[in-house]
Amino acid sequence: MSETLYVQLLDLACGGLLLTAVLVLWRRELAVIIRVFAVQGAALAALVAVLATREGSAELWAVAVGVLVLRAGVLPHLLRRALAGAGEARRETRPLVNVAASLLAAAVLTLLAYAVSQPLVALSPSAATQAIPVGVTVVLIGFFVLVTRRRALSQLVGFLLMDNGITAVGFLTTAGVGLVVELGVSLDVLLAVLVLQILTSRMRETFGDTDLDELRELRD
Amino acid sequence: MMLLVPVVLPLLGALVYLLFGWRRATAWVSAVSAGLLLAVAVTLAAGVTRSGPRTAMAGLLRADALSAYMLLVIAAVAVLATAATPAFLRTEINAGRATARTGTRHSLLVQLFLAAMTLAVLAANLGVVWVAIEATTIVTAFLVGQRRTRAAVEAAWKYVVICSAGIALALLGTIVLNFASTHAPGAAGLDLAALAAHADGLDPGVTRIAVVLLILGFGTKAGLAPLHAWLPDAHSQAPAPVSALMSGVLLSVAFYAILRVKVIADGALGTGFARAALLVMALTSLALAAALLIGIRDYKRMLAYSSIEHLGLVAFGAALGSPAALAAALLHVLGHGLAKAVLFLGAGQVLQLTGTSRVDGVRGLASRHPALAGCFGLGVLALVGLPPFSLFASELGIARAAFTAGLAWQTGLALVLVLVIGAALVNHTSRMLLGAAHDHPVPAASPVPVVLLAGLMVCAALGIAAGPVPVLLNSATHTLVVTR
Repeated sequence: MSETLYVQLLDLACGGLLLTAVLVLWRRELAVIIRVFAVQGAALAALVAVLATREGSAELWAVAVGVLVLRAGVLPHLLRRALAGAGEARRETRPLVNVAASLLAAAVLTLLAYAVSQPLVALSPSAATQAIPVGVTVVLIGFFVLVTRRRALSQLVGFLLMDNGITAVGFLTTAGVGLVVELGVSLDVLLAVLVLQILTSRMRETFGDTDLDELRELRD
Repeated sequence: MMLLVPVVLPLLGALVYLLFGWRRATAWVSAVSAGLLLAVAVTLAAGVTRSGPRTAMAGLLRADALSAYMLLVIAAVAVLATAATPAFLRTEINAGRATARTGTRHSLLVQLFLAAMTLAVLAANLGVVWVAIEATTIVTAFLVGQRRTRAAVEAAWKYVVICSAGIALALLGTIVLNFASTHAPGAAGLDLAALAAHADGLDPGVTRIAVVLLILGFGTKAGLAPLHAWLPDAHSQAPAPVSALMSGVLLSVAFYAILRVKVIADGALGTGFARAALLVMALTSLALAAALLIGIRDYKRMLAYSSIEHLGLVAFGAALGSPAALAAALLHVLGHGLAKAVLFLGAGQVLQLTGTSRVDGVRGLASRHPALAGCFGLGVLALVGLPPFSLFASELGIARAAFTAGLAWQTGLALVLVLVIGAALVNHTSRMLLGAAHDHPVPAASPVPVVLLAGLMVCAALGIAAGPVPVLLNSATHTLVVTR
């Protein structure tokens, strides 16, 4: 693969990551949000695949397939199953911050991510490390979704956005973190989502809905 | 192979519960497993102080004096919590709040929880530490939500969401640190010992980002402000033996990870950076605990906020960084673990006897259940830091080290906050224990709280004559002090 093609494909994949993160902020139907999340998983897998071709590494290709299955297949499927039981509650009704302000916040977060990740880029400038701020932006947007949304399922998506961003940073800083750790991380994410999904269904049993405004029992 | 035993032992316990379930014959398996764990921890601690650190499993597991000490803390609190579990579960089942299936699931998950914690302190690699600590969140989520009431499910949800998000920050920090490490001489990867040894070669700008993320992330799990919001809910809703374990050791296991990160940070950035971060978190935690404890109405939440306070104190000691301060902070971890386990187990019994977790719902406990009330009262006195309990010695040690380090106003502020918290705790507890009892029908005779007494006696013994512990503490602090 020629250098320019590599850089273009890499930037395309990262652009996909960023765009899908912003789309999650923009749209309010949970079904659409889950579909966008699946697209982001595919973009992440594409990113890994580009890096795999570049390095000619079979191991990295296997990881790319793993990422695709987990993040574009299994996780969206679990989310969809959680949504299927939700009945009427299919929309993010009143986010704490409205959509326009959320998009503005996303712009600010992007700038922040670029400012914060300067030392990372400076340590070893290359096409891959120059895309690190995109990964950091996705992490920050995920955190933003997590704190400003009221539906349990939206919060779950926020958590998974953070995780996608972190994984992207992991691959862009090259080498990843070793196979044992990589496996452990993926397993943990899958388990965490399963736990959260079981808890959402339990919440629905006890509260009748998964609007977190109902969560008012515990406080001082 | 010695290092694998502490991880495998609880896994075997879990297997027993998976195969045979919770019944009369297996009720004590978890206590036996914890007892064996304690024996292994003592042997390992003796071995490590005698002949230095050892590794196993192709360098994945490593035990130095600090790991051995943390293992000792885990095992000691686990013995208390699991020894009280059979009586706790039997009472719950008799009251119809649980079934034998709940008992099975509880015991199974507690064993997995112990295995994850022992792995966290024995892992040689920061990535494996992270995986183990995240695994504790997943395992304990169902333990917190065990009672399936509205409040329990809400607490479990908050617990998993906040802790997973916090720990995700730690993962990002781990990745960034790995990036710094691959571009530094020494090829340390994420191996903790190698990273600490080659820390001065790490890029300062990148390491600074990594350290902030790691301290914030693991600080979430350790219950330090600003990401502490899950703690009072989770600790007050979990069943008593689980609260004892979560408050007594899980917080300190997460703090152990911060200590390891701090060594690397001190080597790469000088001692000032991690100290400032930890001082801010410590003082915020203390202030927050003080503000909320004054008006607290629920005694389990009271104990939970007190955990935030004590982890704040440990963070304060760690921030100072001198050998004396670190030794005091580590001793504080053990003393707090024992005292808090006793108190949460006692609070569980009070809840079972009175049916309410409100402070003003429990009046005159001393006249109805003198033994239990005595243990609870002594436990609170231990928490407040009165002699002969070891928390007195460790708090004194931290304060002395702080004045030596020249942090006068920070220490003064911390002491005032500790005094306020102590006064609030004593005030709320005396309202529970003293006074005329409500006109309840006379309940069944309360069991003699042997486990609670044992925990209190160990805590007091530690304060009077620490025995061989200082030797271990001494070599543990050696791994944490950076001379540069």
